[in-house]
Amino acid sequence: ENKVEKQEISGYEGVWVLAEQRNNKLMDVAFELCSEGRKLADELDTTLSAVVLASNIKEEAKELFAYKADHVYIVEDEELKDYRTETYTSVICDLINEFKPEIVLLGATHNGRDLGPRISARLDTGLTADCTKLAIDKEREILLQTRPAFGGNLMATIICPDHRPQMSTVRPGVMEKAEPDYSRSGEIEEIEVDISDKNIKSHITDSGKIINLKSDLSDIDIYTTIKEIIKEAKGSVNLEEAEIIVSGGRGVGSPENFKLIEELASVLGGEVGASRAVVDEGWIDKAHQVGQTGKTVKPRVYFACGISGAIQHKAGMENSNLIIAINTDEDAPIFEICDYGLVGDLKKTVPMLSKAFKDLE
Amino acid sequence: MNILVCVKQVPDTNEVKIDEEKGTLIRDGVPSIINPEDKIALEEAVRLKEKNGGKVTVISMGPPQAKNALLEAYAMGADECILLSDRAFAGSDTWATSYTLAQGIKEAGEFELIFCGRQAIDGDTAQVGPQIAEKLEIPQITYVKGLKVDGKKVKAKRALEDGYSVVETELPVLLTVIDDLNKPRYPSISRVVSAFQKEDCIKVWTVEDFEVDKTKLGLDASPTQVYDTFVPTNEKKGEILEGNKKEKVKKLLEKLKMEQVI
Ligand SMILES: Cc1cc2nc3c(=O)[nH]c(=O)nc-3n(C[C@H](O)[C@H](O)[C@H](O)COP(=O)(O)OP(=O)(O)OC[C@H]3O[C@@H](n4cnc5c(N)ncnc54)[C@H](O)[C@@H]3O)c2cc1C
Ligand SMILES: Cc1cc2nc3c(=O)[nH]c(=O)nc-3n(C[C@H](O)[C@H](O)[C@H](O)COP(=O)(O)OP(=O)(O)OC[C@H]3O[C@@H](n4cnc5c(N)ncnc54)[C@H](O)[C@@H]3O)c2cc1C
Repeated sequence: ENKVEKQEISGYEGVWVLAEQRNNKLMDVAFELCSEGRKLADELDTTLSAVVLASNIKEEAKELFAYKADHVYIVEDEELKDYRTETYTSVICDLINEFKPEIVLLGATHNGRDLGPRISARLDTGLTADCTKLAIDKEREILLQTRPAFGGNLMATIICPDHRPQMSTVRPGVMEKAEPDYSRSGEIEEIEVDISDKNIKSHITDSGKIINLKSDLSDIDIYTTIKEIIKEAKGSVNLEEAEIIVSGGRGVGSPENFKLIEELASVLGGEVGASRAVVDEGWIDKAHQVGQTGKTVKPRVYFACGISGAIQHKAGMENSNLIIAINTDEDAPIFEICDYGLVGDLKKTVPMLSKAFKDLE
Repeated sequence: MNILVCVKQVPDTNEVKIDEEKGTLIRDGVPSIINPEDKIALEEAVRLKEKNGGKVTVISMGPPQAKNALLEAYAMGADECILLSDRAFAGSDTWATSYTLAQGIKEAGEFELIFCGRQAIDGDTAQVGPQIAEKLEIPQITYVKGLKVDGKKVKAKRALEDGYSVVETELPVLLTVIDDLNKPRYPSISRVVSAFQKEDCIKVWTVEDFEVDKTKLGLDASPTQVYDTFVPTNEKKGEILEGNKKEKVKKLLEKLKMEQVI
């Protein structure tokens, strides 16, 4: 029989969040993960640490304490300003090998999904992608990682019982960001330790301190160079942070009719979303797409106008606080997940709504 | 130029139905297709071969019927197809899948470019590409939406959430591609015909045919395990507003007031 060797997993402790920055600014997903990580750490009666690789992040990193991190580790180097597979994988694997966290969470951003699998392969541990729910099995003290698969048709709970760390990625916007508590970020004292210091753990005693780790990057084989990073002007679509989203689907009927959707969004001070069907038709830019292959959104109110409610669309918006559906087909699946449904022609009802909201002002 | 493409056969998840009673997927009668982004990967490989000469090898791990996906890949322009198929691979998570594929790739030859889709539409993890790159100890560029190969240099446009970056590296490299990269061609009928005549265009390898550590295969070796699966339920049932158009709009406004939205 081919016996699989079991990894030694005792000695792994604590919950880690790999807090992603771009241009030395932390991304929202880092705070969302801290908020979630805090709950897991409390369940396990252990500490929550955030780790940031950047070129200049000290001030910005303090914010992580407000989101309930106990420790914040930073590694600063000009080479770490922009994400790169080789440098980030190498530094983070060194840190994990030294500190041995039992759980490591990272954002399922493009960079996180480049980095996560590379780390898990190097450390020979498991990685669960795009989790929508994380919980602790108290009895076995393991992480229960729930995620959609088969295009959202199936949910699976994944465990990683015999390897450490247990690693998960979580998409931006999926976990709730807690209220920041700025009273926690009071005293910050910096200590500097070399990552290769064998007694690294013993330097870190009190919580609430930024630990400035030094890493020698000269040993890392760096193959790739980033020539440039281009931001594409996409108007000001900011679906992830919008409070109100008015989305249109194929039922809008034509690109011209999208004006009706835009008008309602503008009256409400919201953003315009779309189903993939209309993005594929070319009626609106891909930046507006909500769903499995678009954005995951969680606004206070989501209007789905002329959207059937395919599973891939729902995957991106079903956690909205309040969902309002407008559709001519009373059997449209969108009505199964909405809070309020309006059966009817959007071309009539949407302008009526816009007018009614305008009149309120 | 020696190019390899990883192709996965997947159920067309658009066609998957749910057995609400049992909470399982109904996969009977669901057509199997080449994972859509893997077709993009293959198209790019074939175009590069057509431009620079060389050979395109396709590799897949899967059950015997995955041969059909490889026949289609051959008809799209692959020169040689390898199917890694053995009961020992069953239940692999991405760690074990990438190990098995990486070992198969080592056996298949030396490749300057290795292409993967970014993500398979069934497992949906987007992990296998980077994990193969790690196991082969080569660089990777993920989310590729534009590509230029010039001698030993590769320049790729890598999609980011709010734009893209331009990344440069030297061969060999593993690239995972997204659907902005190209529009794949249709399989050629004459190549389909010749595929059936040329029996050796698809090789099937079991664990005996390439070098693998048998303790690193399949379910038993996989760090992650599927603990439970269930069909997502609709937690809320919407309140359908009754009345004529005006009344409905009025009711909606009242509801929004009640919810303190306005
Ligand atoms: C791998 C994969 C990923 C995908 N990712 C996404 C994704 O990220 N986001 C996404 O949205 N989709 C995604 N899709 C596509 C998804 O499966 C659906 O095809 C898509 O969401 C349908 O868009 P729709 O609801 O606008 O169009 P349809 O399904 O055609 O629905 C149109 C709706 O409009 C209604 N209607 C028609 N006329 C009117 C009217 N005058 N007034 C009111 N209602 C009207 C109709 O009753 C119907 O319900 C993905 C698919 C796959 C396979
Ligand atoms: C419900 C469910 C949930 C799962 N969740 C996880 C999880 O969270 N973590 C985990 O490690 N495993 C998970 N698995 C197992 C995982 O689906 C399999 O390991 C699968 O073989 C590869 O993963 P993927 O389909 O996500 O491929 P991806 O990583 O999304 O595939 C990316 C690319 O890699 C290449 N590729 C992938 N598989 C093959 C193949 N067999 N042959 C050739 N090329 C290939 C293709 O080019 C593909 O486009 C899950 C399985 C199920 C059924």
